[in-house]
Amino acid sequence: MGKTIAEKIISEKCGKDAKAGDFVIAKVDVAITQDGTGPLAIRNFEKIGFKKVIPERTILYIDHSAPSSRKELSNDHNLIRNFAKKYGAIVSDVGDGICHQVTMEKYIKPGDLLIGADSHSCTGGAMGAFTTGMGSTDVAVGMGLGKTWLKVPSTIKVEFTGELAKGVYSKDMILYLIGKIGADGANYRALEFTGEAITNLTQEERFVLSNMAVEAGAKAGLIASDDHTRDYLKAVGREEDYREINPDNDAIYEKVIKIDVGKIKPKIAAPHTVDNIKDIGEVSEVKIDQVFIGTCTNGRISDLRIAAHILKNKKVADGVRLIVCPASRQVYLDAVKEGLIDIFVNAGGVIMPPGCAACIGVHGGVLGDGEVCLSTQNRNFLGRMGNPKGFIYLASPATAAKSALKGYITDELEGER
Amino acid sequence: MSSNTLKGKAYIFGDNISTDLICPGRYYHLRSDIEKLAEHVLEDARPEFASEMEAGNTFVIAGKDMGLGSSREHAPLIIKVSGCNAVLCKSVARIFYRNCINVGLPIITCDTSKIKEGDQLEVDLSHGIVKNITQDFEINFDPFPSIMTDILEAGGLVEYIKKYGDFKL
Ligand code: SF4
Repeated sequence: MGKTIAEKIISEKCGKDAKAGDFVIAKVDVAITQDGTGPLAIRNFEKIGFKKVIPERTILYIDHSAPSSRKELSNDHNLIRNFAKKYGAIVSDVGDGICHQVTMEKYIKPGDLLIGADSHSCTGGAMGAFTTGMGSTDVAVGMGLGKTWLKVPSTIKVEFTGELAKGVYSKDMILYLIGKIGADGANYRALEFTGEAITNLTQEERFVLSNMAVEAGAKAGLIASDDHTRDYLKAVGREEDYREINPDNDAIYEKVIKIDVGKIKPKIAAPHTVDNIKDIGEVSEVKIDQVFIGTCTNGRISDLRIAAHILKNKKVADGVRLIVCPASRQVYLDAVKEGLIDIFVNAGGVIMPPGCAACIGVHGGVLGDGEVCLSTQNRNFLGRMGNPKGFIYLASPATAAKSALKGYITDELEGER
Repeated sequence: MSSNTLKGKAYIFGDNISTDLICPGRYYHLRSDIEKLAEHVLEDARPEFASEMEAGNTFVIAGKDMGLGSSREHAPLIIKVSGCNAVLCKSVARIFYRNCINVGLPIITCDTSKIKEGDQLEVDLSHGIVKNITQDFEINFDPFPSIMTDILEAGGLVEYIKKYGDFKL
């Protein structure tokens, strides 16, 4: 019987024929934590009494509050650094960037199984790897044993057909899907994204879909690896890590959802849930105080290019604060080289060091009471950006950049559509 | 499980209680100080909850998609540390579900719609029954998968691995 991508990878990692619904113990290739979840993982790792970390690719990221904004967090960072030295893990330190971006650039290979103490660990699904978020203790045990237990998820196949209209991006595709199936529409399941519209997306655009799979509750958001994946690996100097991962033709899916992407318009997720999806026209009167372009969803070089193209030789509207944050050191360097940073700064923006920055509200960019932020991030829950009295709208980098110029939520192609 | 009937009062919460509402990101710096962090449990869902609830005598009752959002295990951990007996909800997000079990906090999915604020409840974990003493009715729930029962019985994943040294399926 045929297998989905999830079943294929998990079968390989548990050494037997794994089907949806089975409980298995699977080998962990990559384990990651970040500075908010790492300290608890470390303490529990030591409580259990493990002597060293097993997966060679165990990476402890310092990205959520980097550089540290408080003494308590500085101490947490040192706990992480000392632990890594003692037990043989890799530290990705202040300035390296967001865990999910750096993992894509440096560590993940198609066919891998990754567990990460961060919910957006599902980002790597776009590489044809089974990558999923768990809590600190699950990851601590994965680090210590080199394995984890899993219930093999059933898979919902999402087939994206047709061609995206101008000014519509993969962010709009995933917002559309989440609006359609709801924030728990894929709870416990894997999503598999297929179809010609996926084939046509670059690897960077695909990461956006997998990254936000968890916003529909999914355990993983998988995409078969192909030439785009190989190109990406080549660009980051790891072409030899390429491997083809595909579902079988006769794989069994719980459900198939077909979406013609040609019908999708630019989308907005309105406060305070990610499935509160609107067309821009429905929220076009919303005035914005802050625009945030960055995060593990849309802080890649291709995102910054799109935003810079819109902002070039222009100024953000009066009263709008523009914050731009490259997702990694490499993205930052590329943006400097390409002159994008110049464009952002000249447009009136500020650049934050690679990391999560304003996304989770433990760093700069916290909203004031009643303020509105339009962000390229993946979540808009009440309090997410540090103030429960703030309002967060989510959109693509193009919508964010255009809106920064106008001062209210605007379509990139305003007036042209 | 031995002593597996839990007793306490219902505190009602709604649908979509995200981990940001349970354990707000702005208290990030308190994550290595769990007792302090627990003073803010569920603060953005119900600001007075931490001061109203009674340790050892409280059930958190929620609607659908309980615990959606981030993977922070601190969310179920502070619910447990603050002294809640269990979480009852209509449905639960995946990572939160796993995390509850791993910290040793029973998480029960059942039809919570008729439970009212302040109802006295008894939860029998081994038979899968919630008794509503105040309103005099019972709700059944499915047992946990066996690996989760074992982890809960051990008192959480740390204790489970200490006891068995490995996963056993
Ligand atoms: S950028 Fe935001 S969503 Fe991504 S890992 Fe950081 S805090 Fe989480």
